[in-house]
Amino acid sequence: MTRVHDRGGWPGAGPIDRQEHQLADWELLADALVQSLASPHRGIIRIDELRRAIESLPSPDYESLSYYERWIAAVERLMIEKKIVTREEIDAKVATLGEECRE
Amino acid sequence: MRFREGDRVRVRADDRAGHVRTPAYIRGKSGWVAAAHGEFRNPESLAYGDEGLPKQPLYLVGFRQTDVWPRYPGRPTDTLYVDVYEHWLSPEEGSA
Amino acid sequence: MSQGHGHGHDEHAPIRHDGHSSPLARRARALEALLTEKGVLTPADIRSAIDALVSRTPADGAKLVARAWVDPAFKARLLADPKAAAAELGIDLTSYARLGVVENTDKVHHVVVCTLCSCYPRMLLGPPPAWYKSLNYRARTVADPRGVMREFGLELPPKVEVRVLDSTADMRYLVLPRRPPGTEHVSEAELRSLVTRDSMIGVSNPQPERAHV
Repeated sequence: MTRVHDRGGWPGAGPIDRQEHQLADWELLADALVQSLASPHRGIIRIDELRRAIESLPSPDYESLSYYERWIAAVERLMIEKKIVTREEIDAKVATLGEECRE
Repeated sequence: MRFREGDRVRVRADDRAGHVRTPAYIRGKSGWVAAAHGEFRNPESLAYGDEGLPKQPLYLVGFRQTDVWPRYPGRPTDTLYVDVYEHWLSPEEGSA
Repeated sequence: MSQGHGHGHDEHAPIRHDGHSSPLARRARALEALLTEKGVLTPADIRSAIDALVSRTPADGAKLVARAWVDPAFKARLLADPKAAAAELGIDLTSYARLGVVENTDKVHHVVVCTLCSCYPRMLLGPPPAWYKSLNYRARTVADPRGVMREFGLELPPKVEVRVLDSTADMRYLVLPRRPPGTEHVSEAELRSLVTRDSMIGVSNPQPERAHV
């Protein structure tokens, strides 16, 4: 069984894009959300749970999303799984924040 | 700790579902224990919100690249080292 | 990651790394708002996590490497117990994952990858570069390390043993690169500036300073 995250020796891999990339604000936020949720002080998620959630993404998503996009998709999944938030709450908040941006 | 530095080991060829930290490309391959790191909580249970107990010994396992990749393009003396938890290892046939 | 999206700046092309272009970026903001409203996290938690992230840079790793180059006894301690050696230089790594330091010599060259995710010695190098997290680096480094290093401009002699470290578990690895030839009289402070991030991952070697410096 081939697992999409298990990349060692993956056939057809091409040249490495060595371009440097400055982390965007939302990427810093994604990292900070994970580190805060996983801190010993909070202990709400474990890094292995995050990895498991990332590995459970549908293969096309895993391959098309960027690194921190995968993190966000996984955090969302874990927060819903742990009944801390619902998908409806997140969707509603996305809509609210979108409106604030347009004002 | 079941193994010691220098022991010949083979990585289990299991194809189990769920979260595991043993990469597919070394499954079924044989190598040697290069270092014993001590015991760590088991990520296979931590990943599902459990406590990861009992802890699992973790080893640095060395492989000859040519044993891992039949068409390895580098040199025959090149090597590869991977951290592997004890329950993924079995003693290699013929070793002490 | 940016591969497959081109490097041009076509204004109609999707801008992958801009905060407003990714739907997931908006969902990150929404999660931040919801988790703080519900009291699961505080704004201070998030602020201090961002501070911790941006305050770690390869400068800490370079500090250890430069000291190891000038002080053989320190080098021995660094290889034997990296965290204790780091503490000697005022670098506190107690809250981080286990760390291993591996030494490059004229006989052995180490290069580090994580094929399963992107485990990286953040505590000494800061967040990993985009290429380290890329699917191509993760795929190829274990199977063709010399080919990967060649892309980074490093051609190793055939007699050197290339040792790939796939850090898939609880250990993080830092490469102690070789001191560049001709730097015998260079000060420790100057040596630090020669230690590059990439050389501590193992995809390149530090270069001696240019002759005019």
